[in-house]
Amino acid sequence: MSSTHVLTIDDPYRLGHRGPNLARGHGGGGPATKRVIVGYGFWLFLLSDIVIFACLFAAYAVLAQATAGGPTAKQLYELDRVAWETACLLASSFFCGLATIAVAKRNQLLTQLALLATGLTGLAFILLEVSEFTALSRQGYGPTRSAFLTGFFTLVGCHGVHVTAGLLWLGTMMAQFFAKGFRPDIGRRFLCFSMFWHFLDVVWVAIFSLVYLVGTRL
Amino acid sequence: MFGKLGWDAIPFDQPIPLIAGAVVVLLGLGVLVFVIAKGCLPYLWNEWITSVDHKRLGIMYVLLGLLMLVRGFIDAIMMRAQQSVAYHSAGYLPPEHYNQVFSAHGTIMVLFAAMPLVIGLMNFVVPLQLGVRDVAFPTLNSVSFWLTATGALLVNISLLIGEFARTGWLPYPPLSELRYSPGVGVDYYLWAVQIAGVGTLMTGINFVTTILKMRAPGMTYFRMPMFCWTSLASCLLILAAFPVLTATLAMLTLDRYLGFHFFTIEAGGNAMMFMNLIWAWGHPEVYILVLPAFGIYSEVISTFSSKPLFGYRSMVAATLFICIVSFCTWLHHFFTMGAGGDVNAAFGISTSIIAVGTGVKMYNWLFTMYGGRIRFTTPMLWSLGFMTTFITGGLTGVLLAVPPADFLLHNSMFLVAHFHHVIVGGVVFALLAGIEYWWPKAFGYRLEERWGKAAFWCGLVGFYVTFVPMYVVGILGMTRRLQHYDVAEWHSWLQISGVGILILIAGAGCQVTQLVVSYLRRNELRDNTGDPWDGRTLEWATSSPPPVFNFAVLPQVRDAEVYWDVKRRAFEQQRLPQEPDYQPIEMPRNSPTGFVCAFFATLIGFALIWHIWWLMVVGLMGAYATFVVFAWRDVPEYVIPANEVARLDRENRAIRQGVLAGEAPWL
Repeated sequence: MSSTHVLTIDDPYRLGHRGPNLARGHGGGGPATKRVIVGYGFWLFLLSDIVIFACLFAAYAVLAQATAGGPTAKQLYELDRVAWETACLLASSFFCGLATIAVAKRNQLLTQLALLATGLTGLAFILLEVSEFTALSRQGYGPTRSAFLTGFFTLVGCHGVHVTAGLLWLGTMMAQFFAKGFRPDIGRRFLCFSMFWHFLDVVWVAIFSLVYLVGTRL
Repeated sequence: MFGKLGWDAIPFDQPIPLIAGAVVVLLGLGVLVFVIAKGCLPYLWNEWITSVDHKRLGIMYVLLGLLMLVRGFIDAIMMRAQQSVAYHSAGYLPPEHYNQVFSAHGTIMVLFAAMPLVIGLMNFVVPLQLGVRDVAFPTLNSVSFWLTATGALLVNISLLIGEFARTGWLPYPPLSELRYSPGVGVDYYLWAVQIAGVGTLMTGINFVTTILKMRAPGMTYFRMPMFCWTSLASCLLILAAFPVLTATLAMLTLDRYLGFHFFTIEAGGNAMMFMNLIWAWGHPEVYILVLPAFGIYSEVISTFSSKPLFGYRSMVAATLFICIVSFCTWLHHFFTMGAGGDVNAAFGISTSIIAVGTGVKMYNWLFTMYGGRIRFTTPMLWSLGFMTTFITGGLTGVLLAVPPADFLLHNSMFLVAHFHHVIVGGVVFALLAGIEYWWPKAFGYRLEERWGKAAFWCGLVGFYVTFVPMYVVGILGMTRRLQHYDVAEWHSWLQISGVGILILIAGAGCQVTQLVVSYLRRNELRDNTGDPWDGRTLEWATSSPPPVFNFAVLPQVRDAEVYWDVKRRAFEQQRLPQEPDYQPIEMPRNSPTGFVCAFFATLIGFALIWHIWWLMVVGLMGAYATFVVFAWRDVPEYVIPANEVARLDRENRAIRQGVLAGEAPWL
């Protein structure tokens, strides 16, 4: 017994060694900490969400040429606006990163300011996207025009719905920090929120490259 | 005000659904009145409806699954009856109704009977086998259950209000598009499956996290019981496959509600994309059901052969092999799409290869029994019935995997016979075995054996008499889903199949009788030891039913068969392990979040089906409010004091001491 005890302290992960891994949540180390469990579960959720986006990307790719006599991607996409959208969303993620530092430092004012900046830049992104969608619809190029536009609106719109839901979540996160302070359970929720927010960036990078950049080239 | 909903939604002119619906409503009201009159409502609310205990949720899942199994079985009886009589006649079911019956049968059996039963057993067993106190996210677990129940409720509401889909259990476009299915049937399907699917996805997340991050100290991967391994594989498949279902159904929903063009036949839509996407979920779904079933057989066969599972590591490898390859075979559901010889050949080969994993498992079970002291209890009989049935059913699957053969047998009764052969023989037998096997753990008494064996023999014989004739009519050219026919050669075979369903009804009767008889005789059948079968895994180490915290102290795992090991050592030394140092235990508090979520989900689903937009907004706001209220609670856990833990565990230890002295049923 005592020898295993020594192992736990010295080298719990036992990387590169045979024998049981004695770190908590790994191999034989017993249940992981709550923070690990919550973060891990949320990672799995994000992976499943990525599968949803993968299906929408696949559908878009299948339907991208099916313009049914309507406009093509090249005629519709405006890269200027997309560049601004990207800037807003990446800035939002940066502010979210600052908020993580402020939370780690238990600084209420900085946390609230950083989260507010996260929210405002996120909101700017959504407004830009809405303006793009309404402009397209006004010209008669809404999602019902062709299968290509169906795929486009659904993929980009699904990301937009995620960002909008994220903004609602962000609001409740700010309220929780304000009303309840830096409790461990709220800290874990914020860990999930920040993962969600960065994940939306990753999806956006894929949309930016595979939809907009490729679309304007082809 | 009420969207498309009006009095014409209620089928006053169709006696069968009207009477069936009325009976269900009256039964429901009767149960409700009985519960209120008996004063059980507070008990039900506090102990069950708001419970976040994985054992209680597991039992509720199984109950939901059994209820839906009966519903789906009634649909099956109606179809068999129709086809027995509909030779040169219209039968008794009009085509619109018959089409709803076979669509509802498939949807209910796969998504609302088999899934809740599988997930219910996982819920009850996995945390106990892992030696932990609950799943990773107990409240989320309750939300999952209640969302599944919401889906089941919506499907059954369609019996009385409106109609159900007439498209088959997978709503293939363009038939399921608004132009060809303008009614609410497909919408009922879409929202019921979508809401239940979210619940299932949450379960997948919950159990993967639980199994990978929350095992008892010392339980390395290769010490996990086989049921945990297969549950893990199944939940990984849920994680990867259910989002595909969600996305696909969302696309069809957008087509129907907002005039999008994913799968329409105009404006460039692509209906074959639906087949590809839906089967990218649908094929793994088969393994989501059958892998935990394999886990149940592994536990049952090992226990009742009184031997460790043969080839444990190869079993794990075969499970994970199936888990991965199940994503590489989806195209065999539509070889006739015309993807070309090369593509069809590749998928034909991958389909044949996946049978290898199952073959490995078969040999492992056979060698587990070889040289063992086999006890022919009811769960063991179901397992033996499975082994013979599944091998032949699997072989017809390998036949169908050959593309040229498939061109002849595609969409025929041969196919229907094949997938019932593997799903009934594989999954349903396992679920009945599993319920029988873990029943004493859940309720503290065994099930009566004679009625159980009668149910098994009726089930096995009835199964063959019902489904073997379908192979024959399939080869004779009968396509599936026929409401009537005029081919003389099919008639007598379909009548034999009708006799088969009578035998299955007798089996179901025996099964229900077994439950009733066992309940009435529960004092004779009581098992005080917590270990009625001479078990080998950790769930048998605690009392039956287990205390809310499962284990007074987290067990230390030193061997693949933890409890067997502990038990042998105790018998050798004639004393129990030393009494542990009891500590207070923190447990999650009960929460109505799941039930309230499901309430609003029902409102949202119903509102969307009938286009009652204000109700949808109310439902969404309610759901958000529930989220905020949940986020705002301050005390998520309560503490069970150490002396209470000690008291409960000492009772268990006293009984175990009795077992050492020879007071166990298997000694």
